[in-house]
Amino acid sequence: MSDLLKFDLLSASIALKNKEFSSLELTNAYFEAIEQTSALGAYLEIVKDHSINMAKASDKNFKNGTARPLEGLPIGVKDMFCTKDIKTTASSKILENFCPTYESTVTQNLWDDGAVMLGKLSCDEFAMGSSNETAARGNVINPWLKNIKMSPGGSSGGSASAVAARSALAATGTDTGGSIRQPAAFCGITGLKPTYGRCSRWGIVAFSSSLDQAGPLTRTVSDAALMLNSMAGHDKKDSTSANLEMPDLMNYLDKGIKGKKIGIPKEYTQDGISDDIVTFYEKSINWLKESGAEILPVSLPHTKYALPVYYIIAPAEASSNLARYDGVRYGKRNEAASLDEMYEVTRGNGFGEEVKRRIMIGTYVLSSGYYDAYYLKAQKVRRLIKEDFDNVFEEVDYILTPSTPTTSFELGKKQDPLSMYLNDIFTVPASLAGMPGISLPVGLDKLGLPIGIQLIANSFDEPGLISTARVLERSAEFNFIADGAAK
Amino acid sequence: MNESINLKPGQINGETGIWEMVIGLEIHAQISSKSKLFSGASASFGAEANSNVSLVDAAMPGMLPVINEFCVEQAVKTGLALNAKINNVSIFDRKNYFYADLPQGYQISQFTKPIVGEGEIIIDLDDGLQTTIGIERLHLEQDAGKSLHDQHPSKSYIDLNRTGVALMEIVSKPDIRSPQEAGAYVKKIRSILRYVGACDGNMEEGSLRADCNVSVRKSGEEFGTRCEIKNLNSVRFIIQAIQSEAERQVEILEEGGKINQETRLFDTSTGETRSMRSKEDAHDYRYFPDPDLLPLEFSDSWVQKIRETLPELPDLLKKRLVTDFGITPYDASILVEEKDYVDFYQKAANGKDGKLTANWMITELFGALKKENISLSDSPVSPENLGQLIALISDGTISGKIAKDVFAEMMISKKSPSDIVKEKGLEQVSDDTEILKLIDKVISENEDKVKDYLGGKDRLFGFFVGQVMKISQGKANPSIVNKLLKEKLK
Amino acid sequence: MSKKESIVDIPTVNKIARLSRLNIPEASKQNLTNDLNNILGFVAQLDEVNTSDVKPLASVTGHKLPLRSDKVTDGNIEDLVLKNAPESSGGFFVVPKVIE
Repeated sequence: MSDLLKFDLLSASIALKNKEFSSLELTNAYFEAIEQTSALGAYLEIVKDHSINMAKASDKNFKNGTARPLEGLPIGVKDMFCTKDIKTTASSKILENFCPTYESTVTQNLWDDGAVMLGKLSCDEFAMGSSNETAARGNVINPWLKNIKMSPGGSSGGSASAVAARSALAATGTDTGGSIRQPAAFCGITGLKPTYGRCSRWGIVAFSSSLDQAGPLTRTVSDAALMLNSMAGHDKKDSTSANLEMPDLMNYLDKGIKGKKIGIPKEYTQDGISDDIVTFYEKSINWLKESGAEILPVSLPHTKYALPVYYIIAPAEASSNLARYDGVRYGKRNEAASLDEMYEVTRGNGFGEEVKRRIMIGTYVLSSGYYDAYYLKAQKVRRLIKEDFDNVFEEVDYILTPSTPTTSFELGKKQDPLSMYLNDIFTVPASLAGMPGISLPVGLDKLGLPIGIQLIANSFDEPGLISTARVLERSAEFNFIADGAAK
Repeated sequence: MNESINLKPGQINGETGIWEMVIGLEIHAQISSKSKLFSGASASFGAEANSNVSLVDAAMPGMLPVINEFCVEQAVKTGLALNAKINNVSIFDRKNYFYADLPQGYQISQFTKPIVGEGEIIIDLDDGLQTTIGIERLHLEQDAGKSLHDQHPSKSYIDLNRTGVALMEIVSKPDIRSPQEAGAYVKKIRSILRYVGACDGNMEEGSLRADCNVSVRKSGEEFGTRCEIKNLNSVRFIIQAIQSEAERQVEILEEGGKINQETRLFDTSTGETRSMRSKEDAHDYRYFPDPDLLPLEFSDSWVQKIRETLPELPDLLKKRLVTDFGITPYDASILVEEKDYVDFYQKAANGKDGKLTANWMITELFGALKKENISLSDSPVSPENLGQLIALISDGTISGKIAKDVFAEMMISKKSPSDIVKEKGLEQVSDDTEILKLIDKVISENEDKVKDYLGGKDRLFGFFVGQVMKISQGKANPSIVNKLLKEKLK
Repeated sequence: MSKKESIVDIPTVNKIARLSRLNIPEASKQNLTNDLNNILGFVAQLDEVNTSDVKPLASVTGHKLPLRSDKVTDGNIEDLVLKNAPESSGGFFVVPKVIE
């Protein structure tokens, strides 16, 4: 069985087409892997009967020669995606029994392309967190260190942990300020946040509507391209969805980067970055140079304001987006004599501490007398941050940064919300600008924890982002497997 | 109180002097769209509970709004009809508050940048005068659902059918100075909405509702503190509520009290306003641009296209009726009140005596319909038949008096007036020899009265006319009777 | 915006919790107050940025708001709408009595 787990998404796809094994065999191998790695806590819900039916249907399609791009490939889904008749909780107690009657556009696109669903993956509650510790059903563990329980990052921690632990061939994630890229970096896998508007937000539990984007977490850059090919697309049900055709990313895997210009922002080399990460950042710069890219210093002067802007805008939008969780139409209600009391106890008990903190901050910054000073100010600085990127992309094609200032940390060790927020310092700016970013593993630190490097491209240049990331991936030759991965 | 002072409408003669009212209206008009503002569920009225509800309206997780093009067009069309500035870029904001019939926990509305800016309309008052009322803005927003509080002793029941139905909120400037002006303003807005086709204006079904902001002041002073009376759904209630609220405020102020700025409800049974308990909680709506939507943008040429679809609006139409049909401005203003009326009138009056048609329509037809509680669209008398009746009067086939009988018959049988006249033999007798026969009969039967008349009792002339008309069963042409009688009794 | 003005205290936390319809246990109010102050203090860095000529950015999307045609394409799904309701009766959602 274990042989089957060695295939990544792309190679498994080829092997399935060549009938080296069936989707049912592959899916069953993943169920064994899920069982083997269950202590990691990545899965909230397993839908074995459903998966097996999907796998059988895929095998029929292979037989009939009607295989689709992701035919028979078993993947996991972050619990932020609403899945029809399958419990969707956003890792929150307030939605603990919620069973959508509809399927999110992104997951529907995946099923329409033949993917097999394994189950729902844990995340930080309502995707608010950078360690997966705010999940109502408990922590998810990073599979890299066997003896210490390390954080998989967040919020797509379950997705990252599962892909790294080989209990899913690939997974979906959502990224608001780094929620795909940071956990991918922590777990030694690839995570891609597309341009805002590439993937429909319809059917994804909303955290911060102007920032949320779905994307893939995969073992390789090619896998990310394969997944995103299916996930992306214009959706009339989402007014912010971009009506732009995305070229087939598989055509861009080997385009190379000769003559391309890579910007190194001076603001991203600051105090507080671990030495190992600095080392690998420098190595990455050299690898790209050796592959024919021109390296240029650039400046994104408003970088240091990205986190403050983010921690105003995201909570503000969240405070409003989460108002619908009121115990009236769905979710867990706490009974009370009056409507207002019912709201207060339902929401007070249903939401976890971090979610409540962010709702409070969001409500405060939008409230009368503070709107201009906080929210409006943040929107103005957001424009400056976006303009920084627009200016830099006049000079260079891609920007290279570390994905995170540190590698993974031990679960339970970061108690202060602010120090947790600092994790997203390198991922948040591109989110605010709406630009695509990819994190890929380039090495291990002294403890044996993966180091991620981030590439950022101009809006809608996912093809170029894939080409460049592939070059870096080849140079880095990151072939390590997590200790805690399924064998 | 000094009874001898001649108060103008909207003035209140208090102990300390004369007060005037300052009134501003917010009219909520439901757009006559098939589907909702941001979802594809039906916007129709009166369906089974929660049947006209989509997952978007129920605010299920991950559901997103997509705007209805028709609603945008109607808002622009209405804005043009209100002579208002159309904003080519407008923004949708979220108005955040918790309520059981507000599933999203916010209402999508327009706060800082509405689709329509300042405009103005002319209103017609009963005394024939006109005045201009400024429009502050018009914006698009979602309606809320409905809570039923009388179904269960300790529970409220929620129906989301109305949730997300498209509304236009039309906000006036505080230019209104009397309850009567407020009534005229609402009627005018309703009429414009119906002309444009943006809203059916049906106040009973709640497609048109008004919130009234009322304050009082002594003439020339600054505006006083206002109270808002919510959700008034008839012109009569608007007039009553404003009058009673203004009187309440004058009483408080004259006793040395202060007005609390608050939201009040009008109690139709007492005719008074009362404070709304549930609104006591201080609101902080935390408006911010809805990140699920983008700014609404359109070009001048698009607005021009909409402008070209505008129908002839009441003010211009009124002028045209006066010139084309020779009717009085007062009659014209009644006829243009509703698009139905004017359409009916123009059909009926086509090629006929316009003035006579207007008289008959306003006095006889409207009177009869009102008595029977029938709307004009269900009138048993068609515009063609009313026109035919006018023609029969004008060409002398029947007298005005007979016409009233014919009209009464038309209301019952829906038959054409010429059929009725033929069936009942009601044609007017204008033939001199026929009438002379009748005159001779009357003279022979009243010889002593003839003597008296010829002896100087001129008053008796009317008696003879009456007798002739009576024995003709009203069919004799009165002017010919007059003429021949005068000759006969020389 | 000065940091001092934006410092929250427990009454402010009560007010914001009320606006957010969040029941916050007394015991955790002080910690929450501290957290909020730390975060608000952190975001107050934005004071340094001169934004006098900058327009706010609400969306990074470049396109115009798409419009849909006025057709009834949805609804008549009471069962789906009510399926997850904690309490419903006769096709209605049911909540504790509201007094107007």
